[in-house]
Amino acid sequence: MTHPSTPTADGEALAFYVAEDAHAEGSTMLGFWIYLMSDCLIFAVLFATFGVLGRNYAAGPSAAELFELPTVALNTAMLLLSSITFGFAMLAMEKEKLRTTLVWMAITGLFGMAFVGLELNEFAHLIHDGATPQRSAFLSSFFTLVGTHGLHVSVGLIWIVTLMVQLGLYGLNPANKRRLMCLSMFWHFLDVVWIGVFSFVYLVSVLQ
Amino acid sequence: MSATPAAHGAASEETHHSTHGGNDHAASHGTMKGYMTGFLLSVVLTAIPFWLVMGHVFSDTHLTAVFVMVLAAVQIVVHMVYFLHMNTKSEGGWTMLALIFTMIIVVITLAGSIWVMSHLNTNMMPMTQHDMREMP
Repeated sequence: MTHPSTPTADGEALAFYVAEDAHAEGSTMLGFWIYLMSDCLIFAVLFATFGVLGRNYAAGPSAAELFELPTVALNTAMLLLSSITFGFAMLAMEKEKLRTTLVWMAITGLFGMAFVGLELNEFAHLIHDGATPQRSAFLSSFFTLVGTHGLHVSVGLIWIVTLMVQLGLYGLNPANKRRLMCLSMFWHFLDVVWIGVFSFVYLVSVLQ
Repeated sequence: MSATPAAHGAASEETHHSTHGGNDHAASHGTMKGYMTGFLLSVVLTAIPFWLVMGHVFSDTHLTAVFVMVLAAVQIVVHMVYFLHMNTKSEGGWTMLALIFTMIIVVITLAGSIWVMSHLNTNMMPMTQHDMREMP
């Protein structure tokens, strides 16, 4: 592929490192998808734990007494809006519009921060009311599942900020585009997990 | 013009190969229409379960629970198709294969755990709330 200008006796320029990484085209996307699938298994285990322990209140507060569905609805709206704004960021990336991409990423980040903020506020209220993770098996499994999801979103926020700095420094080069596509999958995947959380953890638990 | 058909074929193949990744990704980015369709469907599929539960639409809570879970499953498929751009062709079908494998494991984990543990509960010594308070 390359034409060495100064061939050695071997007829090849000496190279101590491989300048081009030897990886198949597009394998990053498949690898990241497999990571997401393994993450999905973590959530499956936590969902199963909640499914088993979700009604074990240990004479403590029940889901119907604790959960405020309007707040959950607002939280869901925040995450859903952040999903569509990240989609707009990807569309802007495709059209090579750096500034528009950055603006949509910033909006996505704000929605994500609103989500994490609302969730932390909810946790603080629960703990203030004595509904701590130690109170009952229901609350232990609830805090573990929802907390793990919140942690993922927080990591996603750090990723958004990091990638915005990268984009500001180096623009829409192939490496940054690849990173953006990974982050896009990560972010949409978290929204998929949240569908399970608001349906299975909040809405179904509140019934009865 | 002077190029032989074989050389021309090789050149076009090379060009195709270098742009292959770009084409593949462009196809997987989705379109404005796709994102908006997914978003509107998601809004509807989110609003219905919240309305069912908050509005106490059905007196039978089991029926409500079934509706909520079915709507969640539909919304997950909508997100997979319109936001994550899942299809059987991307990465030569390997993403879909990984997804199917994961879904099988997820179903076994969820259904198996809940089934086994609910039966275990039935076979345990009964315990009232009063007994629970007396626990050390």
